[in-house]
Amino acid sequence: MNLQAVRSIYVFEMSRTFRTLLQSIVSPVISTSLYFVVFGAAIGSNIQAIDGIAYGAFIVPGLIMLTLLTQSIANASFGIYFPKFTGTIYEILSAPVSHLEIVSAYVGAAATKSTMLGLIILATAALFVPIHIEHPLWMVLFLVLTAVTFSLFGFIIGIWADGFEKLQLVPLLIVTPLTFLGGSFYSIDMLPPFWQTVTLFNPVVYLVSGFRWAFFGSSDVGIGVSLGMTLFFLALCLGIVTWMFRTGYRLKN
Amino acid sequence: MTAAISIRNLSKTYASGFEALKGVDLDVARGEIFALLGPNGAGKTTLISIVCGLVNASGGSVAVNGHDIVRDYRAARAAIGLVPQELATNAFESVWADVSFTRGLFGRKPDPAYIEKVLRQLSLWDKKDSKILALSGGMKRRVLIAKALAHEPDILFLDEPTAGVDVELRRDMWNLVRDLRAAGVTIVLTTHYIEEAEEMADRIGIITRGELLLVKEKAALMRDLGRKQLTLQLNSPIDALPPGLDGHGLELAAEGGEIVYSYETGGERTGITTLLRDLAEAGIRFRDLQTRQSSLEDIFVRLVNENREAAR
Repeated sequence: MNLQAVRSIYVFEMSRTFRTLLQSIVSPVISTSLYFVVFGAAIGSNIQAIDGIAYGAFIVPGLIMLTLLTQSIANASFGIYFPKFTGTIYEILSAPVSHLEIVSAYVGAAATKSTMLGLIILATAALFVPIHIEHPLWMVLFLVLTAVTFSLFGFIIGIWADGFEKLQLVPLLIVTPLTFLGGSFYSIDMLPPFWQTVTLFNPVVYLVSGFRWAFFGSSDVGIGVSLGMTLFFLALCLGIVTWMFRTGYRLKN
Repeated sequence: MTAAISIRNLSKTYASGFEALKGVDLDVARGEIFALLGPNGAGKTTLISIVCGLVNASGGSVAVNGHDIVRDYRAARAAIGLVPQELATNAFESVWADVSFTRGLFGRKPDPAYIEKVLRQLSLWDKKDSKILALSGGMKRRVLIAKALAHEPDILFLDEPTAGVDVELRRDMWNLVRDLRAAGVTIVLTTHYIEEAEEMADRIGIITRGELLLVKEKAALMRDLGRKQLTLQLNSPIDALPPGLDGHGLELAAEGGEIVYSYETGGERTGITTLLRDLAEAGIRFRDLQTRQSSLEDIFVRLVNENREAAR
């Protein structure tokens, strides 16, 4: 195990994060604050409580998830795409590191950053609405698990993308809609029955639901199902990454 | 002793169907400087890329210090430093951070004293805190070399090290290569500049169209180069050489209109005086003469052309 290399890549990636700290942290904090002003204060005050939870508080887990997903994908995909774009990937490929080591370093760094952002948003949210977390350990578990899973997903996109457009394509066309339709801003009980069924094919529903359960102790789908689906998606991403490295897909011609 | 690099029947066909390497066999001995000479697109970079792990081979095998590059990739890659052809750098990092990063990537513990030595050797020390994007092209190339040396490799690959490099850096690089070789480092360089191969290499391999045409000690090649040809254009063509000229090893050319004499320039006596005397005695008169030395370039061009003809 080349731990020295894992550390080197991780530190390298984290220093990239801290170099762009302002844009990395300020922009999600501002956009989240805007969500709270609009949905929490302006509109939320006119919406009745869902499952006995004030609307402002209800959207907190969903908002954190929204940022967590988009940031995990953005960080990880850019982290591996950029060396491919500039050509510095030669160094990673020629180093005595295993695929697992490369993935854990890049994904670890991306997940660290998005977890940090998730916690910052939680702190920001606490300024707007009173926050009570029913199951703090589960909350952290879901936070980290989601960050890791979607960083892995981002890593896959970064390897797959052969242009900046493609890098934006998946987050923009797939992830954002799935997140908005994943129950960040509503309970799926509020949908007509047909759309409730359709929604169950959206993996983000399980993440938001599980995360919300950690906060409030109640959710759309069972916690076990949420956890299972998240782990399933994690395993799926791991499988794809393994295949990519084994075949050298878009890495080794 | 195992060879530093041992390549067996190595082939590579890209997804486009382009056959970049066609069954290459090559052994590079420990501590030697090996130059891979060939035109653009000959397969030099593909060969290096496979050995370094950047490209998957389609067939054949490579062992580095006896370690297979696929099965035992950690040991194989830890021994290798690569200076790529393209100036691919981590633009936003400082020189110091980037060179240290590479050392860590190759699993070596930090050693500031060693990094300092490498940076000083490459005249990069006063730039150590500069961001790489602020450096000139030549300085970036120096950074790439420093990175390749950061983990104290046994084997250094230089892919077109002097392409687009100024005279000063070229001289520094050659000095560095000599120092490294004195320290026991094996060096493989690719180039399409013949002088470079001549200046630096112990052995030279000529590659074209994915085939290694010739691998020879530079000294032996230079011996071939040391041969000169004297061509005499005769006043009137002759059918055969007169018997009195037998001992000179002459050849008739241009349908009897020219006599060609080959000789070693290195020897004390070239035999030209005797030849001219014998020619006069045989009554052969000539109107012009020229001498010509075959250069590495000629050998190279000839081999490459022959290969091209054969491919048709």
